[in-house]
Amino acid sequence: MSRAYRHNLNGSDLAPGATQLEVDDVALRFGGVRALKGVSLDVRQGEIHAIIGPNGAGKTSLLNCTSGVYRPQEGGIRLHRGDGQTHELTAARPHQIARWGIARSFQNIELFKHISVLDNLMLGRHVHMKHSVWKTALFFGPARAQEIAHRELVEEVIDFLEIQAVRHAHVGALPYGVQKRVEVGRALCLQPAVLLLDEPMAGMNTEEKEDMARFILDVNDLAGVTVVLIEHDMEVVMDISDRVSVLDFGSKITTGVPDEVQADERVIEAYLGEEVA
Amino acid sequence: MSTATGIYHTTYEADLSLRRTRADWIRLTLIAVVVVAAPFVLSPFWLTVANQIGIAIIGAVGLNILTGHTGLISLGHGAFLGVGAYTSAILVSRFDVPTLIAIVVAVAVTTVIGTFFGLPSLRLKGLYLAMATLAAQFILLYAFRNWDVVTGGTEAIVVPYPEIFGWMLRSDFAWYWVIFGVAILVVLGARNLFRSGIGRAFHAIRDQDIAAAVMGIDVGRYKLLSFAISSALVGLAGAMTAHYRTIVTWERFTLDVSVLYLAMIIVGGLGSVAGSVYGATFMTVVPAAIQQFARNVRETIPTLAREMPAIQLIVFGAVIVLFLLFEPRGLDRTWQRIKDYFRLWPFRY
Repeated sequence: MSRAYRHNLNGSDLAPGATQLEVDDVALRFGGVRALKGVSLDVRQGEIHAIIGPNGAGKTSLLNCTSGVYRPQEGGIRLHRGDGQTHELTAARPHQIARWGIARSFQNIELFKHISVLDNLMLGRHVHMKHSVWKTALFFGPARAQEIAHRELVEEVIDFLEIQAVRHAHVGALPYGVQKRVEVGRALCLQPAVLLLDEPMAGMNTEEKEDMARFILDVNDLAGVTVVLIEHDMEVVMDISDRVSVLDFGSKITTGVPDEVQADERVIEAYLGEEVA
Repeated sequence: MSTATGIYHTTYEADLSLRRTRADWIRLTLIAVVVVAAPFVLSPFWLTVANQIGIAIIGAVGLNILTGHTGLISLGHGAFLGVGAYTSAILVSRFDVPTLIAIVVAVAVTTVIGTFFGLPSLRLKGLYLAMATLAAQFILLYAFRNWDVVTGGTEAIVVPYPEIFGWMLRSDFAWYWVIFGVAILVVLGARNLFRSGIGRAFHAIRDQDIAAAVMGIDVGRYKLLSFAISSALVGLAGAMTAHYRTIVTWERFTLDVSVLYLAMIIVGGLGSVAGSVYGATFMTVVPAAIQQFARNVRETIPTLAREMPAIQLIVFGAVIVLFLLFEPRGLDRTWQRIKDYFRLWPFRY
């Protein structure tokens, strides 16, 4: 980060390296389709944890379970906090999970299209604001003061993601790469404890990917935000991740540092198929 | 949509203000002059129309908050208008409750009933929600017509002229100030709503409800809040109609009225407070103008005058279809385009 930022984007107070997110034997079924068959993994505070696997392996399903969009039939996902408290995510509703500090971006951009970039980012501040109909209708006084106070953090995120020029633009009219960036920004404005990014670089050219990789690294290195990253670009994944988990057909194959995972025969098999004897 | 260039704000306060440029302020002054001068220059017929516009603005802003801003369609707002009107009228005519208190109670009752009929929105969207609110329309209308003990059934309730702080509200001229005073407050309140957190949450739910939930918005709660605010304003409009017209009958709150209000916000511009004002004005002025026209040609072309009610319906329908085809984002968009044209002139973009 190039300039002094006053706001800490990291919403977690765990010590770096401590277990933060614990996925415990999660099973998710849609009728007869078993999307996740008992997946367990742990994410540590301050790491970039990549989840990879072929299409249909259950990566996005796992993220959806974590953010409360899906409710798994079995298993639990626990979020640990610095004060020793633990939140069970599989029993909570999405808006509650967001309050606990889990923010995410979506594979297919799910921004609020008809409002401005600024409003999208301000929505990231929603859980930190107090909302009263009467104060809002009056606006002058507490409501405006609150808007401005939160606007300051939002402006830092705008600076950080280099989207100053489009802050008043309608999101729907922006190019794809910028929209992806805004979506990461919206999640960052929540001051997340864990940032879940679902294919943040899908469909981007090399330059845009490099920018996005730089933003992810900065958020992680300088702000200390834990990042869970789903990505298909192996070069990026192996470059920036601290640890990598591999899913295939709803089961976890392995977790390890990039070099181990790359060398793992089961991973190669999952991606390239079995060798015919 | 282009934005004004060369305007740089140096404070967040300035960036948040509703009027940013000198042109904005000049326009506001012009509007203020027109609103203040209107009751002195308008004929009695058009003054009545102006008062109807004022009430329609309150209702249209209310419906637009729900349908245009939160993306929840309601076909029950005609009946919600009736809930406000009946509650206030019954309290005043039968229980001698002071008018102001009666209106406040009417707003509260409509809020509760509107929120209750908004419960299906927790599960339903789009056409399915339209059907559920249509049920509200028919249930409430049935109650107005058949719950004789309370509503007086098909007989009209006559309401005495209200007295507010010792001031008799009788003439259209006096009502004008009350109605427009309230309408201006409602419009300002709505504008404020949409430059802060609650309004943003409504927009988020309209655009992408799953993402809204994941960003920490309690979608169910905010949908009901939208129903509550919307029906409160519609209840207010209903209660004011009751006292302004001094007569309440069920015919004023049929499905036609729900559709008329939907037409207002479609013609004006969905999801725009200003659009609600334009739509309410337009959809009240057009029928009045046709009526006036019929009166003028009564002597010269009697057949045309006789067929006027039918022609009025055709014009009405045509206006809605034409807007849906050529300006689906309503008069608000038209106005933006006009502003852009002059701002960029002589260039095209």
